[in-house]
Amino acid sequence: MRHLRRRDFLQLTSLTAGAALLGTRLTLAAVSARRPRFVLILMRGALDGLAAVPPYGDRDYAALRGEVALHAPGAAGGALRLDDTFGLHPALGFLAESYQARELIVLHAVATPYRERSHFDGQDLLENGTVRPHALASGWLNRALGQLPPPQPRAAGVALGQNVPLIMRGSAAVTSWSPSRLGAPDEDTLARLTDLYAGDALLAGRLADGLTAATMMAGESPPAEAMASAAAMGPAGAAPQRAAQARYAQLVQAAAGFLREEEGPRVAVFDTSGWDTHANEGAAEGQLASRLRALDEGLALLKRALGPAWNDTAVLLVTEFGRTVAVNGTRGTDHGTASAAFLLGGAVAGGRVLADWPGLAPRALYQGRDLQPTLDLRAPFKGILAEHLGVSARALETEVFPDSAAARPLRGLLRA
Amino acid sequence: MLDATQSAIAANRFGLGARPRELADIGSMPREWLRVQLQGAAPLLSGAQLEDSAHTLARALELRHELREERQAPASPGTPPQLQRVAQLLRPVYVSEAGARFAQAVRSERPFLERLVQFWSNHFAVSVDKPLLAGLAGSFEREAIRPHVLGRFSELLLAVETHPAMLLYLDNHLSVGPHSSLAQRAGARRLGINENLAREILELHTLGVGGGYTQGDVTTFAEVLTGWSLGGGRGRLAAGEPGRFLFRAELHEPGAKLMRNTRYADGGFGQGVAVLNDLARAPATAHFLAGKLARHFVADEPPPALIARLAGAFTASEGDLATVYRTLIDAREAWEAGLAKYKTPNDFITSAYRGLGLPVEEGAAALAPFELLGQRTWQPGSPAGWPDRSADWDGASALLKRIEWADGIGARLGSRCDAQQLAPLLLGANLATPTRTAIAHAASAGQATTLLLAAPEFLRR
Repeated sequence: MRHLRRRDFLQLTSLTAGAALLGTRLTLAAVSARRPRFVLILMRGALDGLAAVPPYGDRDYAALRGEVALHAPGAAGGALRLDDTFGLHPALGFLAESYQARELIVLHAVATPYRERSHFDGQDLLENGTVRPHALASGWLNRALGQLPPPQPRAAGVALGQNVPLIMRGSAAVTSWSPSRLGAPDEDTLARLTDLYAGDALLAGRLADGLTAATMMAGESPPAEAMASAAAMGPAGAAPQRAAQARYAQLVQAAAGFLREEEGPRVAVFDTSGWDTHANEGAAEGQLASRLRALDEGLALLKRALGPAWNDTAVLLVTEFGRTVAVNGTRGTDHGTASAAFLLGGAVAGGRVLADWPGLAPRALYQGRDLQPTLDLRAPFKGILAEHLGVSARALETEVFPDSAAARPLRGLLRA
Repeated sequence: MLDATQSAIAANRFGLGARPRELADIGSMPREWLRVQLQGAAPLLSGAQLEDSAHTLARALELRHELREERQAPASPGTPPQLQRVAQLLRPVYVSEAGARFAQAVRSERPFLERLVQFWSNHFAVSVDKPLLAGLAGSFEREAIRPHVLGRFSELLLAVETHPAMLLYLDNHLSVGPHSSLAQRAGARRLGINENLAREILELHTLGVGGGYTQGDVTTFAEVLTGWSLGGGRGRLAAGEPGRFLFRAELHEPGAKLMRNTRYADGGFGQGVAVLNDLARAPATAHFLAGKLARHFVADEPPPALIARLAGAFTASEGDLATVYRTLIDAREAWEAGLAKYKTPNDFITSAYRGLGLPVEEGAAALAPFELLGQRTWQPGSPAGWPDRSADWDGASALLKRIEWADGIGARLGSRCDAQQLAPLLLGANLATPTRTAIAHAASAGQATTLLLAAPEFLRR
C-alpha cells in the first residue's frame, strides 16, 4: 500500500523535518547541477477532488456520491487504480501512466488555511500565501522567485496569458506571454514607445519584459498541434470548448518553449478553469470528465514539448478548495473544503499517494459536509520550493510564507 | 487650466472616453454635464433586431427538445453534437447583442450612464462560457440592468435575481426543496437544493464576503429560493410560459425560515422577495457597493472616507442609485488630477473608437478587438465579473497586445487621422509634453495615431 496511514504520515513529516536542517547545502549543490524547472497550474473554480481522485476503497464513497460515483477499477468506466483505496478518474490516462512511471505524486485531503467557501477569497489566499484573503498584494511564487540562488535570468518567471495572476505578482521580475495574432509594430515605433514610457516606471518595465518574452518566443516554430485544432475550430465561439482547448494547448507549448531556453525563466504559471461543477457534473463521462481529459492531454503535451528538460521539471496542479462530498439537487456538487493536488514530472519522486485520509464517515466530514483537510497545502509548497528550487528555509518561513510555522515543509517530494 | 483637467476627468474617468468635441461641450461645467446624464430613463438599445430573453430561450429549449427526440432515432452521420447545434443557434444572438452594446457605447451622448450600465452588468455578471448564456447575456443586460440603473437598488436586485439568465447561470432553476411536494412525490430519487445562486447573491451581489453570513445562512437562503425557476419544461414541469420566470410552488421548500437572525414567514415567492429586500438595505450591502463604485471611478484602493460617504448616501436614500451617483459626482476625491485608473481592454477599445470616430463594424468583426485584447464581452468566466484593479490588466503581454492593435489602427487610418490635432481634444490637460512631442515628431501620420493610443495618458483614465 503506497499511501500512508495517519501514523506513518506523521512519522515521515517529522523525520524529514529533521533531515532538512542538514540538507540545505546538498540541496543547493543539486540545484545548480540540474537547472530545475517548475510549472504551477491553477485550477480555478474548485476542483472536485473526490471525482478526480476517487477513494473507491472508502466504504462510504459510493453511497455518498450517488450518481457521480465512479466504479471500482476493472469495471467499465471504472477508476484507474492507484492503490487499494484510491484511483484516478478514467479521463486521466496520462496521469495514471505517470504514476506507474513513478513521476506522479497524488496529494489528497489537502487545503489551504482558508475555511470559508468563496472562490474569489479562496483563490486570493491560495495565491498570496498567507492565512487571510487580501492580506498581501503579492504572490508567494513571486516572493520565492526573489529568493532563488543566482544566476538569475532577467525574468525568472513567466505567466502564460496576457496578465500576471496574483501568485506571480510582486517585486521579482516576471513577464507574461500570450500568442499574438497581429503583427508586431516595426522597431522604430517600439523604440519611440520605449522613449515615451521612459518617465513611467510601470509601462517602461512592462514593455521591456514583454519584448524580451516576445523575442524569446520568436524562434519557436508555431505549435503544430495547437494550430491544427485552431484551424478546425472555425469562428470563435462556435465551439467554445474546442477553442478553449486549442488555446490551452498553445499555452502549454509556450510554457515548454520558455522553460527549454537556457537563459529563460525557470518558473511558468497558468490558469485552467471550468471546475465549478454545480450542476450535471457527470461521472466517467460528462462535463467534468471532458475537462479532466483536456487537462490530462495538455499535461502529456507538456511532457513531449519539454523533451529532455522534463527530467528537471516539477508540475504542481492546485485548486482553491474542494466540493461537497454529497451530490446536490442538480447532480452536481457545491463548494467544499479539502480537495486533491498533483505533483508531476521527471524530477518528482512519484508513484505515491500522500494522504492522511480522514475518511468519509459522517463524523469525519468537515462541518458534516466536506472532505476534512489533513494537510496544509503550504507544506508541499515549501517542500518543493526548498528541494527543487533551492529557496532557503529561512526565506520560506519569513518572506515567502509568513506565519506558516504550523505547516512544516513536506520533504522528499523530489528525486534525490 | 483647472477646467481643462476637470473636463478631461468628466469625459475619460466618468465617461467612456472623449469624442473630439466633448471637452469643449463640457466646458467649465463638468459636474453639471454628468448630472444631466442622470435625467430621464436609460435609453433602450436601438437600431438592431434584438429579441427578448424569453423568445431566445424558448427557441433554444425547443431545439434541445427536438435534439433529444432525434437522439432516440438512429444517429445520422455528420449531425453536429447537441451542444454545438444550440451554440450555432445562439451565436448570432450574441454577436448582434454585443455589437449593439458596443455601438451604443461608442455613439452615446450619455457615456456616464452607459458606464453605469456596464458597471452594474459586471457587478451582476453572467458569463457566456455557459452555452445558453450566449443567447441571454445581452438581453439580460437590456431587460434587468438597463431599466433599473437609475432606480432603487432593491428593484435592480429583484429584476436580476428573477431573470432567467441569472437563474440558469447560477443553477437555481432546478434547485428543489427536500420537503417540497415534488421531492415528496419523487420519493427515493435524490432531489435537493443547489446553493450556487444563494451564495453568490450574498457574497457578490449584496453583503459581500465577510458581510455577515454563515454557511447556515447560505443553505437556508438556497431553500428560500427553491422554486425560483423558469416556465416551459416538459412532463410534470410543463407549466408556465417557456423562457419566462416562474415561481414553481411544487419545488419550493415549505415553512418559515430563520436567516441572519431574522424569521421569514412561510410565504412562497414572497419569502425570497422579503429576504432580498432586507439584503438590499443591510449596511454591509451599502458599504460593499460603495466600495466597488469608488474603486471603479476613483482609485484601485479608494479613500475610506469616500466609501463611507457613498454608503451613507445609499442608506439615507433607501438605495436610490441616482442619489449615490450624485454623491460621487460631488466628491472632491473623484476630481483629483492624476490618472488613477488603468483602462480595462473594454475601456481602451471604446475610448479609441470614440476618440478617433471609428465606425463600429458589422457582425462579428466588431468583437475582434475585445477578443484580441483579452476581454470578451460578457465572458468574465466567473460570477465575480471582471476585476477592477490595474494589476489585473497591466501585464506585459497585455500591453504588447494594445500596442499591436494601436499599430494596426494607425496603419489603417494613415493620413486620414491627424493625431497631433486630436491629442489635446481627447486628453485635455492630461496631455503631457513627452506625448505631445512624440506625436509631433512621428515618422508618419499612422505612427502618430499609434503613439496617441499607446500613450500613458490614453492607457489610463
